[in-house]
Amino acid sequence: MLKKILKSVGEYKKWAFLTPLVMIGEVLMEILIPLVMAKIIDEGINGNRGMTYILEMGGLMVLMACLSMGFGALGSRFGAKAGAGFAKNLRKRLFDATADFSFRNVDKFSTASLVTRLTTDVNNVQNAFMMFIRMAARAPIMLIGALIFAVNINARLSLVFLFSIPVLGICLALIFFRAHPRFRVMLKKYDAMNGSVQENLTAIRVVKAFVREKDETKKFSMSAEEVRAAQLKAEKLVILTNPLMMLVMYATIIAVVWIGGGMVMGGTFQIGELSSFVTYVTQILMSLMMVSMIFMMLVISWASFTRISEVLDEKSDIVSPENPVKEVKDGSVDFEDVSFSYLGDESNCVMNHINLHIGSGETIGIIGGTGSSKSTLVQLIPRLYDATLGAVKVGGLDVRRYDLDTLRTQVAMVLQKNVLFSGTIIDNLRWGNENATQEEVEEACRQAQAHDFIMSFPDGYQTVMGQGGVNVSGGQKQRLCIARALLKRPKIVILDDSTSAVDTATDAKIRKALREQLSGTTTIIIAQRISTVQDCDRVLVLDNGEISAFDTHENLLKNNHIYQEVNASQQKGVA
Amino acid sequence: MPGPNRAKMAMGKPKNAGKTIRRVLKYLLQYKYSMAIVMVLIIANSFGQVYAMSYLQNIIDDALMPTVSGVLTITEGTAKLLSLLMWMGGTYLICTIFSYAYSRIMLHVSTGTLLTIRKELFTHMETLPLRYFDTHTHGDLMSRFTNDTDTMREMLSNSIANVLSSLVTVITVFVKMVSYSWALTIIVILMMVLQLFLISKIGSKSGHYFQKQQSAIGAVNGYIEEQIAGQKVVKVFCHEDESKNDFDKLNSVLCDASTEAQTFASLMGPIMNNLGHALYAITAIAGGLLALEGGPFAGTAVAISLGTVVVFLQFTRSFTQPLSQIGQQFNVILASLAGAERIFGVLDEKPEMDEGYVSLVNVTYDADGTLRESEKHTGEWAWRHPHKADGSVTYTPLKGEIVLDDVTFGYNEDKVVLHDITMTAKPGEKIALVGSTGAGKTTITNLINRFYDVPEGKIRYDGININKIKKDDLRLSLAMVLQDAHLFTGTVADNIRYGRPDASMEDVVKAAKLANADSFIVHLEKGYDTMLTADGGNLSMGQRQLLTIARAAIIDPPVLVLDEATSSIDTRTEALIGEGMNRLMKGRTVFVIAHRLSTVRNADKIMVLEHGEIIERGNHDELIAQKGKYYQLYTGAFELS
Repeated sequence: MLKKILKSVGEYKKWAFLTPLVMIGEVLMEILIPLVMAKIIDEGINGNRGMTYILEMGGLMVLMACLSMGFGALGSRFGAKAGAGFAKNLRKRLFDATADFSFRNVDKFSTASLVTRLTTDVNNVQNAFMMFIRMAARAPIMLIGALIFAVNINARLSLVFLFSIPVLGICLALIFFRAHPRFRVMLKKYDAMNGSVQENLTAIRVVKAFVREKDETKKFSMSAEEVRAAQLKAEKLVILTNPLMMLVMYATIIAVVWIGGGMVMGGTFQIGELSSFVTYVTQILMSLMMVSMIFMMLVISWASFTRISEVLDEKSDIVSPENPVKEVKDGSVDFEDVSFSYLGDESNCVMNHINLHIGSGETIGIIGGTGSSKSTLVQLIPRLYDATLGAVKVGGLDVRRYDLDTLRTQVAMVLQKNVLFSGTIIDNLRWGNENATQEEVEEACRQAQAHDFIMSFPDGYQTVMGQGGVNVSGGQKQRLCIARALLKRPKIVILDDSTSAVDTATDAKIRKALREQLSGTTTIIIAQRISTVQDCDRVLVLDNGEISAFDTHENLLKNNHIYQEVNASQQKGVA
Repeated sequence: MPGPNRAKMAMGKPKNAGKTIRRVLKYLLQYKYSMAIVMVLIIANSFGQVYAMSYLQNIIDDALMPTVSGVLTITEGTAKLLSLLMWMGGTYLICTIFSYAYSRIMLHVSTGTLLTIRKELFTHMETLPLRYFDTHTHGDLMSRFTNDTDTMREMLSNSIANVLSSLVTVITVFVKMVSYSWALTIIVILMMVLQLFLISKIGSKSGHYFQKQQSAIGAVNGYIEEQIAGQKVVKVFCHEDESKNDFDKLNSVLCDASTEAQTFASLMGPIMNNLGHALYAITAIAGGLLALEGGPFAGTAVAISLGTVVVFLQFTRSFTQPLSQIGQQFNVILASLAGAERIFGVLDEKPEMDEGYVSLVNVTYDADGTLRESEKHTGEWAWRHPHKADGSVTYTPLKGEIVLDDVTFGYNEDKVVLHDITMTAKPGEKIALVGSTGAGKTTITNLINRFYDVPEGKIRYDGININKIKKDDLRLSLAMVLQDAHLFTGTVADNIRYGRPDASMEDVVKAAKLANADSFIVHLEKGYDTMLTADGGNLSMGQRQLLTIARAAIIDPPVLVLDEATSSIDTRTEALIGEGMNRLMKGRTVFVIAHRLSTVRNADKIMVLEHGEIIERGNHDELIAQKGKYYQLYTGAFELS
């Protein structure tokens, strides 16, 4: 998992390797500087080598400090480069992966959780990574360097490390393993809390209309308190590391002074050596502490690592085949014994054994009750989902054989739950066709009955939309979405209840434009209103995931009781 | 916070650091006893550490040296060593306990403070007017709860204790240094000035880049959110590559900004550390000069002993270390102050004002027909209207009459959405608002329940100016069913009783049956206890809409607003719930907004709106007879085809 994520270091590998290298330079200076210091005191001030020696050594030390500073600064620079670059690549990989996700993949992770993974989690991983490349070389070298000096001073006394290093190591490891699951729990609670904020932001109108501010606050407080409890539980362990470290360090120092003091009194050890040895004890255990901090950082970010790799591991289940067909012959659509289940469970399908043929250029209406799987059926045509059983064909060829881009460009679908993106109106429209000229855009907008209202805005096509298209009404949004789809010049247009917020007159005009100006295009219209579909060539009546009838308006009026019922419910009381 | 720290702050980037710090401190003051204990523990710990270290000197001077030189016997020396070591160990043990204790308390304080801030932020968010949500992106608000509180956490849990203990050490050591040699202290002070200068230089640079990084993060996160939320559309338009390219651009900007910010952030450590080393060397040289017998300063007032130099050198080390600690915390503090500032920015947003004083109360009717306020739930409601002038209270029975009198309104001052709207909805009347999209239908309902306010007296509810009515009571007397069927995480039953949390299960089922939702609910795996995921993703759009109708039905309001409530339900289902809907609407004042004219046909009054004006009004037959816009709309679908 780690390896896979670290692959994102990519072209920044150079910096990632240079960072620990220059850090070695810094740490070497840091180990040597105390030696020079000792010399200044022992031989310069206490000793008898005089002022020149002090000046020499002092100068040397300043020089070393400058070098160390230089190395440190380089380390900062390289580390920042490597870290930021790594985060950039990782973010890109994640974004690309999610962009390629199929509808089913997106359904699996929630939108909110995907966003957290791309933002907060990447941030955590970046911090851990930077810390790691800076500390990874520093801590062990400090540890080894100081150990060498310590053994050099007194090998027998160094035996205390045989005891204190493992004790500290084991304790730190214990904390590490116990804290890890607790951090996972904490992050989960965190997600839930964020979800609650998100929910309130999107549905604030409902919250206010039902005067539920206080209850929602109570609900949020509860989840915020759960976050705090989980945080306490996890961090309670982490804050143990510092006192633990102190305890071991002080115990070691006391042992060293006790044993070493005995040696001094026995005359086998020098006082100066003893005090140097104590300094090294501090350095050794400090560097061990640093190692543990790296681990802690990894623990905290481990959950983020896991969550990121979950996204990277998720394979989009709808991809272009090898040797894809890059051209759609015509706009015919065939369903051959198609069944579908959102969970891929063959025994529990929402749509069963659908067989139908739609000729190229036909205009088809689809009518059916709530939950009759109208949307499901049409989503199979541009391969937004794959059929669980059977085959869907476009232009006589199984949709799974087409290049996805080709298929989806030729099959333009206007979704029921549609969105516009921040940017100008024209930016949004050009999603359909980047290279569309102003004339082409305007033509599509006229067909979708959007041109007039766009021109009524002071900035016309250059009007800037808020996020989610907040500054246009629902009906205007739907018309923009239709225009956007028409710009693709597709062979098949699918309108999934896309005019529900458009008024009847405008709705009729849109259909008229589609019929007259896009006569060669297969048009599939899902609608609630009979009036919307009655002038279609044929109307498909769906009931509970099955075809109830597929015939002309007139025949359906005569023969299909569902259609009759729907019609009656809408015609009642017409003057 | 005292002295040097504040000085550095002011040089940093947050716009008004002093004010922000004071405000953060106010939160911490909630825990003033804990904080006081933490302070004491930190100070005790820092002193203890210095003290324990000095035992080492004692051991050398009082136990080891005398033994080596033969003043003490080995037994005596060992005994002395043992007792001193016991003292040292004891002090260390106490220090360790103190250190654990204060980090434990700080953990409690920091998580608690964070909790308070989060709660306050959410509570405040819930009180903000709708205008705020209409004009701010969700991602922006979201990051107050996530990024900004996170950085604050970092400051609260680490930086404060760190800075505090460093300060204590610095001050202690400084006092000692002055007592040993003021001449050398001057050198240290000069060095310190240099250090502070560098800290502020790097700090302001780093603050600058941090802000750049922050805004780049904002841009990237916003983009990610928008693209992921709109991913289905991205797919349908094969827009993956373009969206990836745009992302790359933003991502590169972030990478550059982040490189700079991180460089400066981590520069502080090595610079401070090594300045410390340099200081050591310089002190050694200067000390050597001052102490050297026969040196230039021998015999003058500044001359010092060799021992003093040794001690002083140790002081410089314990002086610069905490100083560089403070330097390293600087960035964290800066970043979190900027985050805190943004949080406080939201907290300072003006909440929805409510000067209403007319409230809704339960009443009973006396034998003579006068109203009497009742504590109990009587099922009869009235507006309680206190009059400030004479202190009297009048009761007006809740009937559900809504009058709009010459209402003109625009969301912005320069764009009027509604012109001179006048209409009266008598209790029990069904008013339909018809018109093209953007004609201002929804705006009218936004005004009736005071999502947005219009000037005094323009809208009246049962004859009372709605600006005088408490918002909560006003809104509860109006149930809304909106076009976007938002549901909440929780069970189906919870969602239905959303507006009346105390409703019994029977009431829930009754409401569901009324809305014709019962039939599909009982088919769900766990019936009414089925958990709905965020926004009811596991239900169809129509089913969600049925739940929102049930949700409105259960609060049994005198006025009902149906804003495109049935546009996602097919007409056959609509016909099926028709009876229930009629039952729901019976006896209530109903505002219906619909495109589907079949649903407005039986309204008592139909208002046809265009460009914010009522252009036609009357009942269905009258309007058809007028052969105006309504007639066109109604028959348009057929004629145009």
